[in-house]
Amino acid sequence: MRTIGAFVFLIALWLLLSGIYKPMIIGFGAASVLVALLVVRRMDGVDEDRVDQQLDAVASIKYFFWLMAEIAKANWNVTKVILAPRMPIRQHLFAVPHSQKTDLAQVVFANSITLTPGTITVETESDGFLVHAVAYSTDDRAALADMNRRVAAIERGGSA
Amino acid sequence: MFVLATIAVFAAMLLVLYRLYAGPTLYDRVLAVNAFGTHTVLLIGIMGFLSGRPEFLDIALLYALINFVGTIAILKFFRYRAIGDVLHASAEDEGET
Amino acid sequence: MAEMLIAGIVWVLIVSGAFFTVIGAIGIVRFPDFWSRLHAASVSDSAGMILLLAGMCVFAGWSLITVKLIVIGVVLFITGPTSTHAVANAALVSGLRPPEGKGLTGTEPEPLPDPAAETTPI
Repeated sequence: MRTIGAFVFLIALWLLLSGIYKPMIIGFGAASVLVALLVVRRMDGVDEDRVDQQLDAVASIKYFFWLMAEIAKANWNVTKVILAPRMPIRQHLFAVPHSQKTDLAQVVFANSITLTPGTITVETESDGFLVHAVAYSTDDRAALADMNRRVAAIERGGSA
Repeated sequence: MFVLATIAVFAAMLLVLYRLYAGPTLYDRVLAVNAFGTHTVLLIGIMGFLSGRPEFLDIALLYALINFVGTIAILKFFRYRAIGDVLHASAEDEGET
Repeated sequence: MAEMLIAGIVWVLIVSGAFFTVIGAIGIVRFPDFWSRLHAASVSDSAGMILLLAGMCVFAGWSLITVKLIVIGVVLFITGPTSTHAVANAALVSGLRPPEGKGLTGTEPEPLPDPAAETTPI
C-alpha cells in the first residue's frame, strides 16, 4: 500500500517537473521511479524508521496560514531591530516545554520556532526545547506557549 | 522590477560574502555559506525570469537540495571529523541532535 | 484591469521580497556576534524567500513553472530552518554560548560529552 502511494507520488512529481510527454521520456521516468522504489524497499530492511501521517489535514492548513501571519509579524520586528541605529539586542537562551505526542508534530513545532525570525530552536531534548531569542521580552514565552498549543491541536486526535 | 530584484539579491550576496571572509568563528562562515546558497537559489530563479527562460528553475531546485546536504555535511564533518558512518556509541547521540 | 492588478501584486511581492533579502544580509554583516547573526539570516530565509517565490508564482500564472516554484518553496521551507537549527546546535555543542542580555540568566544546556573523545570514525 505504501509502495503504491510512493509510486503514484513519484510518477506525479516526474510528470510535473519534466513537462515533456513523449513515450521515451516517460519510460525513463517510470524506470527511475522503479529504481528509487527498489532502493527504498532495501532501506526498509536496514532500519524500520518510518513516519506515519499523523496530522489532521484541515487543521494543518489553518495552522499554516496562522504561521504565515506570525512570520510576517516576527519579520517586521527583527527588521526594526536590524535597522535601528543602536540595535536593541537582548539575547536570551531559555527552555520551552512542548506537549506534542508524536515526533512529526514536535518537528513541526521546532521548525515553526526557527522559521519565525527572532527565535531559534537550539537544542531538542525529550522534555523541552532550548530556544534562543535575539530581542527577548517576557511576551515571548506566552507566544511560544500559544504556538505549542496550536501545534498540539493539529495532531490527529489532539484536543482542537 | 526583476532587474531591481536581481541587483538586490546580488548586493545581499556580496554582503554575505563579506561575512564569509570576516566571520570570526567557523559557524559564522557556515551560516554565511548557507545564506549564500539560499540567495543563489533565488538569484537563479529571478535570472530565469529576467532572461525569459524559466527552465532555470530546475537548476534552482537542484541547488536548493545540494545546499542543504552540503551544509549538513560540513557540520557533521567538523563535529565527528568524518562524513561517513560513525561508530555505534555516537549513532544514538546523532539521532537526537 | 485584471492584468494591471496582477502586475501590481507581482511588483509589490518582488520588491518587498528583495527588500527583506537585503535586510537579512545587512543584519548578517551588522550584528555583533554569531547568535544574533543567525536571526538575521532567518529573515532572508523566510520572508525574502517566501515573498520572492510568491511574486514569481503570480507572475508565471498557472503552469508547470508554478508547480516548480512551489516545489522549490516547499524544499526551502523545510530545509531552511533545519539547517539553521543544525548550525546553532553545532555551535552550542562546540561550546559557544550566547551572551545574555541585561538582567537575564540563560538556561545552561545539559553537559554534552565531547563528541571527538567518544567517537571513533570507521
